[in-house]
Amino acid sequence: MNRGEVISGVVLGALGIYIVTEAARWDYLTVEGPGPGFFPLWYGMAMVALAAWLVVQNFMAKGAAADGKPVNRREVGRALLTWVGFVASVLLLKLLGFILSFGLFTMFVVGGLYRRPLRVAFAVAVGCAAGFYLLFPLALEVRLPIGILGF
Amino acid sequence: MEMLNGLMQGFIVALTPINLMWCFIGCFLGTVIGILPGLGPAATIAMLLPLTFQMNPTSALIMLAGIYYGSKYGGSTTSILLNVPGESASVVTCLDGYQMARNGRGGAALGIAAIASFVAGTFGVVLLMLISPPLASFALKFSSPEYFALMALGLAMVVLLAGKSMVKALLTMLVGLWIAGMGTDLFTASSRFTFGRAELLDGIDFIVVAIGVFALGEVINNMERNEASQMLPVPKGLRNLLPNWEELKACRFAFVNGSVVGFIIGILPGAGSTVASFISYGIEKAVSKRPEKFGTGLPEGVAAPEGANNAETGGALVPMLTLGIPGSGTTAILLAAFVLWGLKPGPLLIQENPQLFWGLVASMYVGNVVLLILNIPLIPLFAQILKLPTYILFPIIFGISMVGVYSVSDSLFDLSLLTFFGLLGYAMRKLDYPLAPLILGLVLGDAMERALRQSLMMSQGDLSILVSRPLSATMLVFTALILIVPLFRKANELRMKAID
Repeated sequence: MNRGEVISGVVLGALGIYIVTEAARWDYLTVEGPGPGFFPLWYGMAMVALAAWLVVQNFMAKGAAADGKPVNRREVGRALLTWVGFVASVLLLKLLGFILSFGLFTMFVVGGLYRRPLRVAFAVAVGCAAGFYLLFPLALEVRLPIGILGF
Repeated sequence: MEMLNGLMQGFIVALTPINLMWCFIGCFLGTVIGILPGLGPAATIAMLLPLTFQMNPTSALIMLAGIYYGSKYGGSTTSILLNVPGESASVVTCLDGYQMARNGRGGAALGIAAIASFVAGTFGVVLLMLISPPLASFALKFSSPEYFALMALGLAMVVLLAGKSMVKALLTMLVGLWIAGMGTDLFTASSRFTFGRAELLDGIDFIVVAIGVFALGEVINNMERNEASQMLPVPKGLRNLLPNWEELKACRFAFVNGSVVGFIIGILPGAGSTVASFISYGIEKAVSKRPEKFGTGLPEGVAAPEGANNAETGGALVPMLTLGIPGSGTTAILLAAFVLWGLKPGPLLIQENPQLFWGLVASMYVGNVVLLILNIPLIPLFAQILKLPTYILFPIIFGISMVGVYSVSDSLFDLSLLTFFGLLGYAMRKLDYPLAPLILGLVLGDAMERALRQSLMMSQGDLSILVSRPLSATMLVFTALILIVPLFRKANELRMKAID
């Protein structure tokens, strides 16, 4: 059994049920023709059926091939850590603005994930943040999120 | 005659200094991202799309198309020098290209890749120019039922070849349809799937999903490993980058094979340049007098796949421009770009926007010449890009993604959605869910629902309208046949072979 497929199948099945439940509350047919619930109801039902098939198929599969690729927890952890860092930088946008939060995220990637010396991480972060500032708000007049410090 | 007039008009548009500049920028960026493993044209076009809002649509399209076909040129460089494909379409180039480099013919391999790309890329543009106008005229006969059937057929083709599991491909396509359905219903103005959030009343911006799933998902996936590949030396001097007469002679058939196969595969939704390159390599090997030597460094083993993946670009643009049906993730993003610029790709595009269509076609002729010039003498320079550390490159991609999304909506909510779609893109890669059906479902979802509902309004709710008209009935029969392929062992084996 491929656990990833089973879990994703269950999640997609739940999404399908949600879509069907929501669509059932809207008009299916109106006097002018199909209502807002028409199309979602059909693809929601298709999603439930396909997700169920994916899960059942996994329970029925036998042998090593059915187990899927082995997961390298270290690699996945590194990727998820990158994502968490990115989420943190987005959450900090309101407070610190783009330039600072992006600089901090860059420092985290270079110093924390790539294990480069702190001075290298700092230099890359300052360089990238300055480059973005010069290119987007100054040269291209693209608006960036501004924090409480005013930049 | 009309075509020649159109082409002349196109060259007048493409050769203006500003459009020449955008064409050059597009080709240059395309080559760069083609060289960089882990960053594809779909992700790059998605990231840069918001920055094109202020541009003239023709100039913007010329640049984005330049990125699209330029990346196919650049993709071979890493295949030959690093044995790491810059693009999935260049995987097969590794087989003979890297071996040629190991045998001391790396320069010739790079030269052959560039020449094959030029020949096939130009061939693709010629056919794009010849086929598009008559196909668009034919498509003018289409009404809502035919459009619905055509979109269903396009999605089914993509699902058929998107991945080993058709169930997974179908599920991702349905998720795309669901995301497309979020927001206010155009017919009744009722809100759907908004979770009570006012920010979702306008739906989720395509840019957020495309950048999240393609760009961030890809970078997060690449962040898993912290390793560098060993690059073979790049030959210096133009003479060392040109193939000799014997090598060029060996590639004669490969140039034709790659061009024809690439274009035909390109027109078919879902197949894509990777399939095109593998098929043309297979044909080349099958007709060769020395098939046993393939994989040891044969020049035709480089020319055929590189030609195919470039000719495919011209083919892939045909259904997108004339029918409004994209066949891949990248053309889906280009289609969304049209919508964002207020244009409608489809049968009327050539009539209503001749400058844009013919300007694009002419710019592709120009772009192929630009790419040949960029790729042969400047390859040693481009190869230096591979020395850019990933710990600098990846944060920059994160930054551009954030700027791209924020510049469209000025919304921090969209940036939080971006984090979600970045994670979704990563999860899809880890769990082997194909990305193209999601994007196609998202791009076509709205139009598909509209076509279906309009069809049923025409027939007062009678579903038989979809099968009582010959064209839509034929397309729906094909759609059904495609979707039941896995039930037939032989047909499914063929499908799996194509994917493998």
